[in-house]
Amino acid sequence: MSEPRPRPLIALAGNPNTGKTTLFNHLTGSRARVGNYPGVTVERRVATMSLGPGQDADLVDIPGTYSIVGRSAEEQIAIRELTGLGGGRRPDLVVLCVDATNLVRNLYLALQLQELGVNLVIALTMMDEARGILPEPHKLGAVLQCSIAPVVARSGEGVPALVELIRDRLATPDADPRWRWTPSRLLRGAMDRVSAAAPSGWPKDDALALWALMSVTETDELHGVPPAVRSAVLIGGPSGEDIDEEVITARYRWLDEHIAPALSGPPERSLTDRVDSVLIHPIFGFVVFLGIMFVVFQSLFAWADPAITLIEDVFGAVGGWVATSLPPGILNDLLVNGVIGGMGSVVVFLPQILLLFFMLGLLEDSGYMARVAYLMDRVMRLMNLNGRAFVPMLSGFACAIPAVMATRTMERQRDRLLTMMVVPLMTCSARLPIYTLMIGALFPPDRLWGVVPVQGLLMVFMYLFSVVMALTAAWVLSRTVLKAPNVALVLELPPYRAPRLRDVLRMMTSRASMFLREAGTVILGFTILLWALLSFPKDVAFTQDYEAQIAAAQTEAQVAELTAAQDGERLRGSYGGRLGHAIEPVIQPLGFDWKIGVGLIGAFAAREVFVSTMGVVYGVGGDVNEESVTLRERMRSELRDDGKPVYTPLVGMSLMAFFALACQCMSTLAVVKRETGGWRWPAFLFVYMTSLAWTVSFVIYQGGRLLGFAG
Amino acid sequence: MAEQHQSDEIPLASLATGATALLTRVGGDRAFRRRVMELGLVPGAAVQKRKTAPLGDPIELEVRGCRLSIRRAEAEVVWVKA
Repeated sequence: MSEPRPRPLIALAGNPNTGKTTLFNHLTGSRARVGNYPGVTVERRVATMSLGPGQDADLVDIPGTYSIVGRSAEEQIAIRELTGLGGGRRPDLVVLCVDATNLVRNLYLALQLQELGVNLVIALTMMDEARGILPEPHKLGAVLQCSIAPVVARSGEGVPALVELIRDRLATPDADPRWRWTPSRLLRGAMDRVSAAAPSGWPKDDALALWALMSVTETDELHGVPPAVRSAVLIGGPSGEDIDEEVITARYRWLDEHIAPALSGPPERSLTDRVDSVLIHPIFGFVVFLGIMFVVFQSLFAWADPAITLIEDVFGAVGGWVATSLPPGILNDLLVNGVIGGMGSVVVFLPQILLLFFMLGLLEDSGYMARVAYLMDRVMRLMNLNGRAFVPMLSGFACAIPAVMATRTMERQRDRLLTMMVVPLMTCSARLPIYTLMIGALFPPDRLWGVVPVQGLLMVFMYLFSVVMALTAAWVLSRTVLKAPNVALVLELPPYRAPRLRDVLRMMTSRASMFLREAGTVILGFTILLWALLSFPKDVAFTQDYEAQIAAAQTEAQVAELTAAQDGERLRGSYGGRLGHAIEPVIQPLGFDWKIGVGLIGAFAAREVFVSTMGVVYGVGGDVNEESVTLRERMRSELRDDGKPVYTPLVGMSLMAFFALACQCMSTLAVVKRETGGWRWPAFLFVYMTSLAWTVSFVIYQGGRLLGFAG
Repeated sequence: MAEQHQSDEIPLASLATGATALLTRVGGDRAFRRRVMELGLVPGAAVQKRKTAPLGDPIELEVRGCRLSIRRAEAEVVWVKA
């Protein structure tokens, strides 16, 4: 019996927009195991690929990159995966996706890999677009001294030959370093110095020394670079700028001399040119852009609604069925309101997540997303972000959960974090019921100057308010907590290509299942915790004997009224109710009493829950919505101990501002935790948003009172 | 410190739309410089300024058959010889 050999590890690398994901899907077929690279919000995808009967390998998808050097933690991923530095396993083979229509630029990365001495196979993708301009692949392979397989990733043409080539190269590896240029004397000296300084465990390798010389700086974010290597780089010698220029120019010189002459012309780009003449046209471009963004927004805001309602109905029906078929008691209540309700509040996000990632997949794979970034960069720069932040921000107006997940389409860690930190300030759809309730209950349905409806104006104002606050928060955060060296925008505008539906669907389902597994469990846990807070203790000392009164009640209406009153009293006596009392001193300066405090605690499950929680608190039943006349009247008649009304327009403004700014949403925190891989950022998000909300509400309420408005 | 440059050099930002010129020098901070050079904007490369985005920024370039976009501020430190 032969000793079981470890499965070969194959890495898939390449520039962005080379069809790498499509090829990954073709090579693996099965579901990928998705994890996170430690410390960065970048996914690591690994899947099994079959090399033949009974012969499997692991294929790891290295995030698309133009180069192996870089000073940020996420740019370091490539060198780690390619060399096994930092504790990983060095791949047995690297498949490099090279876009045949953009050969010289793509082969720049191939030269870097050959200098590193990896066992390399080149998959020449986009062959269908490049026919006629390319030299014969085997001639190209001879020039590059490398195995090349032409493929059309979209149709799968050439993939079996690629797999065969991979198998051959695994059996007879060729990992000799190949250098196409000779370092100058100064650079040679610097490389030798870095190699000499390398401690054991860090290979004494020219390519790695060069990587360090081009990547390590005084302010880099790299992990695991030995201090000796670091100081050898920073000690002096040729300047970093000179090294960069020498190396990059030398590689391109070789490519210009050996590859460019073999090409028989530029690739056909007339389709892309024609499409772009409309899509980035100063007028038509924006018309189309607004149309597409309207579809994206509307799909989240409105089209997802039937599915959301259906999910709520199904979970409601299941809950109702369990409630009636099990004997009443704590277990029944836990199952119905904790577990089933909690699962419902997870699944309810799926329609929006699936729809958004469907749209994102189409936008990204077609090449239009780069144009969105191009068109909107000037606007997003106001937030110290680049144009790629636009779609996540826009999605935030529907719901922060898919919007936070959409930050994955952005390239830099810091941009993703900054976007995640401000997206929850956008007026999401869950805030609307609260605004509707407050505005409807506390502001007159008058018209300003006889024309503009006051209530509608307030709603518009709340939207503007959220945009201004998000802009401000982004401005402040990008100069403080998320201060980072200003990285210039360098955006590739890839040719337009038809998206491949199967890749889009695969990404959708992978995102959705990740949300269910990782964020879903946290949301479920929070829901059960909230349920317990608002349901215990069970033995509340009631002021009246409700059971006897209900038994004696004549009409159904009386029974309902008594039950609602009893529920209200039970909630007011629960731990959540006591917590409301406990936080009253903190929220009193904002104009809120402890009952509103209970509503705020309940609303942590989801903002709109505030409406039904207030219904229960006020004893009008939890079965109310924001249009409920009963609830509005009950709020207007609610009096404080001193006999003044609890709700004045000023309190309404303060409360709306609080809901606009506070992070009253456990699902947002759960999904930020999932995306950032820890509790640090969600904790920060919660603290900063809640402090901001408190401060603004305080200023509104106390300032309003000073100005003479009724408090 | 003012950068020394030859009199026939102009910043890429000042190049006429649609015109092609030879790149002479890339300035700016090291990360930007390395990034654009690795994308093929090395001295000696032919670069065409294709378009300006509708809001006035960024600008679209073509180099080695590849379309790239950089901001106007950065295009001020990329020098070309017309």
